Amino acid sequence: MSSTTTDDSFQPASFAFSAENLAQAQATIAKYPAGRQRSAVMPLLDLAQRQEGWVSLAAMNVVAEMLDLAPIRVYEVATFYTMFNLKPVGKYHLQVCTNLPCMLRGSQEIVEACEAELGVGLGETTADGKFTLSEVECLGACVNAPVIWIGDDYYEDLSVESTKAIIAALKRGEDPKPGSQSGRQYSAPASGPTTLTTLAGGDA
Amino acid sequence: MPKLTIDGREVEVEAGTTIMQAADLLGIEIPRFCYHERLAIAGNCRMCLVEVEKSPKPVASCAMPVGEGMVVKTDTPTVLKARKGVMEFLLINHPLDCPICDQGGECDLQDEAMAYGGDRGRYKEEKRAVKEKSYGPLVKPIMTRCIHCTRCVRFITDVAGVPELGGTFRGEHLEIGTYVEKALSSELSGNIIDLCPVGALTNKPYAFTARSWELKKTESIDVFDAVGANIRVDTRGNQVMRVIPRVNDDVNEEWLGDKSRFAVDGLLRQRLDRPYVRKDGKLVAVSWAEALAAVAGKLKSLEGGRIAALAGDMADAEAMVAAKDLFTKLGSANLDCRQDGARIGTGPRASYLFNTGIAGIEEADALLLIGTNPRKEAPVLNARIRKRYTKGKFPIASVGPRTNLTYKYQHLGAEAAVLAAIADGSHPFAATLKAAQKPMLVIGQGALARLDGDILLGLARKIAETCGLVKDGWNGFNVLHTAAARVGGLDLGFLPGSGGRDVEAILSGAEKGEIGLVYLLGADEIDTQRLGQAFVVYQGSHGDAGAHRADVILPGAAYTEKDATFVNTEGRVQQTRLAVFPPGEAKEDWKILRALAEQAGVDLGYNDLEGVRARLVAVNPVFAAEGPAAAAWGAFGAEGQPSSDPLESPIDNYYMTDPISRASQTMAECTATFVGCAHKRTGTNG
Repeated sequence: MSSTTTDDSFQPASFAFSAENLAQAQATIAKYPAGRQRSAVMPLLDLAQRQEGWVSLAAMNVVAEMLDLAPIRVYEVATFYTMFNLKPVGKYHLQVCTNLPCMLRGSQEIVEACEAELGVGLGETTADGKFTLSEVECLGACVNAPVIWIGDDYYEDLSVESTKAIIAALKRGEDPKPGSQSGRQYSAPASGPTTLTTLAGGDA
Repeated sequence: MPKLTIDGREVEVEAGTTIMQAADLLGIEIPRFCYHERLAIAGNCRMCLVEVEKSPKPVASCAMPVGEGMVVKTDTPTVLKARKGVMEFLLINHPLDCPICDQGGECDLQDEAMAYGGDRGRYKEEKRAVKEKSYGPLVKPIMTRCIHCTRCVRFITDVAGVPELGGTFRGEHLEIGTYVEKALSSELSGNIIDLCPVGALTNKPYAFTARSWELKKTESIDVFDAVGANIRVDTRGNQVMRVIPRVNDDVNEEWLGDKSRFAVDGLLRQRLDRPYVRKDGKLVAVSWAEALAAVAGKLKSLEGGRIAALAGDMADAEAMVAAKDLFTKLGSANLDCRQDGARIGTGPRASYLFNTGIAGIEEADALLLIGTNPRKEAPVLNARIRKRYTKGKFPIASVGPRTNLTYKYQHLGAEAAVLAAIADGSHPFAATLKAAQKPMLVIGQGALARLDGDILLGLARKIAETCGLVKDGWNGFNVLHTAAARVGGLDLGFLPGSGGRDVEAILSGAEKGEIGLVYLLGADEIDTQRLGQAFVVYQGSHGDAGAHRADVILPGAAYTEKDATFVNTEGRVQQTRLAVFPPGEAKEDWKILRALAEQAGVDLGYNDLEGVRARLVAVNPVFAAEGPAAAAWGAFGAEGQPSSDPLESPIDNYYMTDPISRASQTMAECTATFVGCAHKRTGTNG
């Protein structure tokens, strides 16, 4: 991982919150007692990332100024959390979990399927700038492994086919249904309920 | 007060003390990397693990407060095993480049690895490497060696108050740095070199020039500002290799300003190493005898009222007393040690001292800055103000330049009118000062070195008196000097005698031809154009503005080359020690004046250093005092209407203020990096 950002060709010269986000940022800051504004650093960085898709240096500096922080304090936070993207990412950021439980459930094939469908490797963005493929650590959804995280949604219980279907849908600009792709409800047993089977209204 | 047992020895310490501090009191050594007694506790290196009875696992002693009845063991097999484990982890990513590392020989990690390191590594995987960084012209980072103790981060953030360093990324990828490449803009940045327990941060100009065990260490005093920081001059052969701070809690704690640390390369450049006499408009190297005869002849040919002497900012007390005695005996009262024209020194001693003392800042509870930018004028003292500020309940206001002082303060404006308003109580800050138990003010040379300086001094005195700054056991009136020589000069009365001329009158006299000879004792910060047709003698160490104009040059010694006395802004008398010999034919300054006096037919009455020092005490008993004595209060300053010119700091470029730093290449790089081209270059750069 590169540290000091020597190559900053992709960094925009400036950043400004949109009017709507600015209002939300100020509302967030107001949640904290006077003198404790720095607590709002993560919500504000998240807001910046939602606006631009990633957190640029200019955005971090704007956040630092809004919270009366030294810029380095914001850099520390933004670089600590891998969920803040420090480089531009595509419209759809596919984050494939490859930790142990997902791996045991075939995440390697999922990664390969993504690579084949998108034509890019891990950590790369497609030429049209629509998709970025990343490998991430445990997403905390092991019971539904393997998992891909796109935008605000988890796509779980993936198979090579369902992965390809999701990517195809995204390519068409559709909104594929998040959650378990195998049809089970949430994390209910894959083979159907084993308890409370007589409960009325149970649809699984 | 809790009582605890460490290694079977009982000790009673104050509540809140950590186990490590208690062990230090007993002289029990606990290894540490991240802990530093002047920084916040981090507790992240884990080297200081000790065993505490009833605790299931070893605890980090630096962060564990003592408890009543605690039984601590620092030398059990468990402790040794734990520390060996920590050391093995630290060494996993630490490169084995001690032979080419500047820290080698004075490296904490190297030392502790002797005690706790394994004789072979078990780590077979790849070591990590960190990309090369740059922190500017002073500090050289090699962050692959970093063990992430965060001492530098804590220093730069908490002590220096310039938060530019931090830890970015995490885990395996954690890096200490600025993230966005930039030069560290603190005037105290060099201290992170001393703080770094490994070779990750080293002295850039000193890089690869010497090994620590080759150096001869001489304890001395810094003269680049009026703080008088205690330093150690490290030399090899007859060359100053580097300067590092010494601990003195009353003065500099253990910090040192960057100019004081890094300007020493200027000691090798632009040196005056033999006497010169101007013949047919050209300076020609001559023998000492010829140079002294030329000056003595001129001195004898002129009557007392037509000769004058100016002492510069780095002149030592011995040289000044010799010059004063010589000129007085020649019948001249035209003496001045205030080459910047500061209107100060005629009142009681308290009128020109930093009366609270530097350590006294920590007791104060309100501060008014007048015409000063302590960050540039005395960075170490500014760190003390910041130290007090971070403890809270310390309102600070400034009348003067609006600039970043590393702490928050109320800017009251830059006009002297504000001072008058505070003095008569109509300004709200007057109430703040009056409400404080130990209020203080600091008046700088930006207020004093102007035509209405004595009026501003009078206003400051009035503020001190009306707002309760001067009371039993507390004198909150402080003058911050910028010149190391100044207080010594004032104490010796190196000032115009009765009917004598001050610096302005000497220069205007020289312009008009009324002054026939001007003796510059290291005085370079004057307008040499105004010396007119006067015969100029320059005695000093560097070929700067004064030497360029001189008719005779007498090569003197720099502060590392003589045993000399300096009085700091608090009135603390301290001595430099000879670390190297002056170059070529240059001599200690008082000896030059002593020889010149003999040539001029004047008997100064002393022939050795002891004699001069006795003479210093005879002129002013403060030179015999240990530490600064409380000075008596009295009337000083003038009444009148101050001008409406804004108050400014006398220093716009911290890195170049005197002949030595102007000759330094490192300081030139700093000037280019931090000050930019906008700076007016002076002296030899002209």
